[in-house]
Amino acid sequence: MALLDVADVTVRFGGVTAVDGASISAEQSRITGLIGPNGAGKTTLFNVITGLQPPTAGTVRLGGRNLARWPPSRRARAGMGRTFQRLEAFGSLTVRENVLVAREIHQGVKGLLRGSGSRVDELLERVGISGYAAHRADAVPTGVARLLEMARVLAIDPRLLLLDEPSSGLDESETAAFGALLRELAAEDRTILLVEHDMDLVMSVCDVIHVLEFGRIIASGTPEEIRADTRVQEAYLGAEPASATGGQP
Amino acid sequence: MSTLLSFTALGLFTGAAYAIAASGLVLTYTTTRVFNLAHGAIGMVMAFVYWQLSVAWGLPIWAALGLVLLVIAPLFGIVIERVMMRGLGDAPVSVGLVVTVGLFVGLIGVAQAFWPPRARTVDQFFGRAGVTVGDAHISYHSLLTIALSMVVAGGLYVLLNRTRIGAAMRASVDNPELLGLFGGRPQRVSMASWAIGAASGALAGILLTPVLSLDYYELTLLVINAYAAAMLGRLRSLPLTFVGAMVLGLLQSYAVGYLPSSELLQGFRAVIPTLMLFGVLLFVPQARLRVGQVKGIVSAPVPSLRRSVTAGLVLVGVVAAATPLLPADLVMLASIALIYGMVMLSLVLLTGYGGHVSLAQLTFVGIGAMVLAKLDSPSVFALVVAALAAAAVGALIALPVLRLTGLYLALATLAFGQLMDKLVFQAPFAFGFNESLTAQRLRLLGLEFGTEQAYLVLIAICFAGMAVGLLALRRGRIGRLLLAMRDSPAACGTLGLSLRWFRVGLFAASAGMAGFAGALLAGLRQTVAATDFQVFASLPLLLLAVVCGVTSVTGALTGGFLLMLLPLTQSEYPALAGVVYLIIGFGAVGLGRDPNGLANQLFRLGGWLRSQSWWPRRSYEPPLTASAPAEEVPSGVA
Ligand SMILES: Nc1ncnc2c1ncn2[C@@H]1O[C@H](COP(=O)(O)OP(=O)(O)OP(=O)(O)O)[C@@H](O)[C@H]1O
Ligand SMILES: [Mg+2]
Repeated sequence: MALLDVADVTVRFGGVTAVDGASISAEQSRITGLIGPNGAGKTTLFNVITGLQPPTAGTVRLGGRNLARWPPSRRARAGMGRTFQRLEAFGSLTVRENVLVAREIHQGVKGLLRGSGSRVDELLERVGISGYAAHRADAVPTGVARLLEMARVLAIDPRLLLLDEPSSGLDESETAAFGALLRELAAEDRTILLVEHDMDLVMSVCDVIHVLEFGRIIASGTPEEIRADTRVQEAYLGAEPASATGGQP
Repeated sequence: MSTLLSFTALGLFTGAAYAIAASGLVLTYTTTRVFNLAHGAIGMVMAFVYWQLSVAWGLPIWAALGLVLLVIAPLFGIVIERVMMRGLGDAPVSVGLVVTVGLFVGLIGVAQAFWPPRARTVDQFFGRAGVTVGDAHISYHSLLTIALSMVVAGGLYVLLNRTRIGAAMRASVDNPELLGLFGGRPQRVSMASWAIGAASGALAGILLTPVLSLDYYELTLLVINAYAAAMLGRLRSLPLTFVGAMVLGLLQSYAVGYLPSSELLQGFRAVIPTLMLFGVLLFVPQARLRVGQVKGIVSAPVPSLRRSVTAGLVLVGVVAAATPLLPADLVMLASIALIYGMVMLSLVLLTGYGGHVSLAQLTFVGIGAMVLAKLDSPSVFALVVAALAAAAVGALIALPVLRLTGLYLALATLAFGQLMDKLVFQAPFAFGFNESLTAQRLRLLGLEFGTEQAYLVLIAICFAGMAVGLLALRRGRIGRLLLAMRDSPAACGTLGLSLRWFRVGLFAASAGMAGFAGALLAGLRQTVAATDFQVFASLPLLLLAVVCGVTSVTGALTGGFLLMLLPLTQSEYPALAGVVYLIIGFGAVGLGRDPNGLANQLFRLGGWLRSQSWWPRRSYEPPLTASAPAEEVPSGVA
């Protein structure tokens, strides 16, 4: 059974239907891609899954449990973690403190008593931003801030990771390293749901891909199936070859 | 039957005036995301202007009314928007609140400076003429007000829902960036809404003055009533706001007519809006967390533990050494300044570190003072109980607004302050109406702090201890968490922090600190009364805290000192009373965007001095941004 199961979710903002009866799932220890053109409703769907946006209709299940009315914090403690497309780094804190705070939140009352410094340094090392540890988070390049969000979410040791365009702002070699990191995380039994505009990355790391357009899922399948799907080619990949179609938000 | 009719007519009249004020409040809030706390104050000043034109200068009523409603008030609204409010909708909630509170206090200052206190009356339109139904007399003034409320509410409804500019305005609520995309000019939209908002406040003020009398505070507090009405429509829906206003007016009127007049119920009528407000708040659904990058704010530098302890010891030492040399009245003033400094420290925690605003911090001081006086035992135990009582009340206020954003919490504190002021503090079981309680000074480990001099030293020790503790908190895990919360609540939530309880804890801790200061104040004054803790006095307190710097102990100390001077200047130079408010108010409007305030200028000066070549240098100064060696710092003060 899938770890994450999103069924028939609809979100309306006044007259705009941002998500329209979308159903997706993410299998345990797999990397699931979620792609679609700008404004398709990917971020809105993430907000629904993490509890920041109540859906107009539909259900979200984690490990079989219905999460309706769970606040974001409870979902996080149930093992869900996310990064933000529009960065949400703690700008007044240093890069290292950002991760430290996450670690301390995760440890709860215990975190108030026990140190968690060494684990934090490991995480900075792992995503490759140790060099920026002492910089204020609102003064680092976008790429570093993205990786910081990555390190920060890993600090709460989530079994389900929701990543919203984590590679935008990274250069080619950083993106390659990032793809390797995703593979490692999946090998550690973490489940990943990845929203990404970089088609090369998506096609190379994902096990399954869902395609969202105007709030609806128009196709789901392996990367090969998605590449071959004519509807997807029309709607999304278009005439352009499949690389970095999307833009910045 | 006829009494029912008269009270209904009276209720509909007040309700109609609230509806006019509330519609304007809703309009500015929905279009610019700024909750205009000064809405009632604008109405108050405009009512004075109307008095000046029509009564003092003898202009015909229609001319005076036309001038105020169509020219002066809209222009005033536009000036406010241009000069103070632009861009405030995207700033943190606390900044918007501080700026509008600044305007609020500044306008009271303006009114006091231009129209010194004396009796002024404004007649009803059409004199006493009206219609008589049965035995009940309903004035044309009331009927006109009711009709106007429908015109205003209906007109704004049509504007918002049936016009292009209205559509753009509504779209901007959820997604301000969209406004620009509608081809509308956002600045025009916001200027127009401030102009209309100011005119609606003016109209409500002018219609109410014949009934309420021309008073600085009564009309200013109209904002609470309007807010209560607007909350029924969640600050958005005009029809529900209208209903809320009418219900409120009727409730108030029936309360006068049908409730038995006992001492306990005396203040009841005045707090009906507050009670309704809390009632409605309980049913407002969960607020959504806003996402979007937040830039970190520049905080005041945080001294090391060693340095803060040294500074604390120096303060206590200087006070202890100087006290015997000071005359008694200066000792008293120094004690008051340090106690106010402690109240300011409670705001450093809540506002400076936590990003929340309390508009009733002095009420918590009052609770602490009251509990100490009631306990009537000069022991540490009593001090602690007083602080805990204030903390418990603080938690109780934060609970109903747990699910909502900081704006609602701040507004709830204002309503709460008014409630305590009118209903609790003056009640016989508290301070008593026009009475006072006596309190004794602390006795501790066989030491007596009976003399003013000894008590001042005790207060200095308490201030230093509180400051050192607060700074330790700031350097430790809790401080980090507070900054993280302020920078991005959404990220904290998705990392697993339960925002609600954290906020309740923060609020309770701050209220407890204020209550502790209040307990010390009771001991210092030895007699305390309800008038010492009026809700309005909390506002200059907040403003001075922000102006002086609400992120640092230095700022708190400066703020405490200035706050001590405030009543002094007002009693020495009564003519300046208004001007002082004016300066504080507009000072806050100017400085509100930088929470580090004047203290930061001091730090800059210090930094500049150290950068000069003649300054004695140590070998190595770590950069401010270096990662904090968190594990070394004790942080058990939570
Ligand atoms: N709070 C909101 N209020 C109104 N409309 C919204 C809101 N949030 C999103 N929308 C709209 O919902 C639609 C989906 O937006 P969403 O951000 O989910 O798209 P996305 O797939 O993440 O796009 P992108 O690739 O640009 O990140 C868009 O049309 C957007 O304008
Ligand atoms: Mg998106």
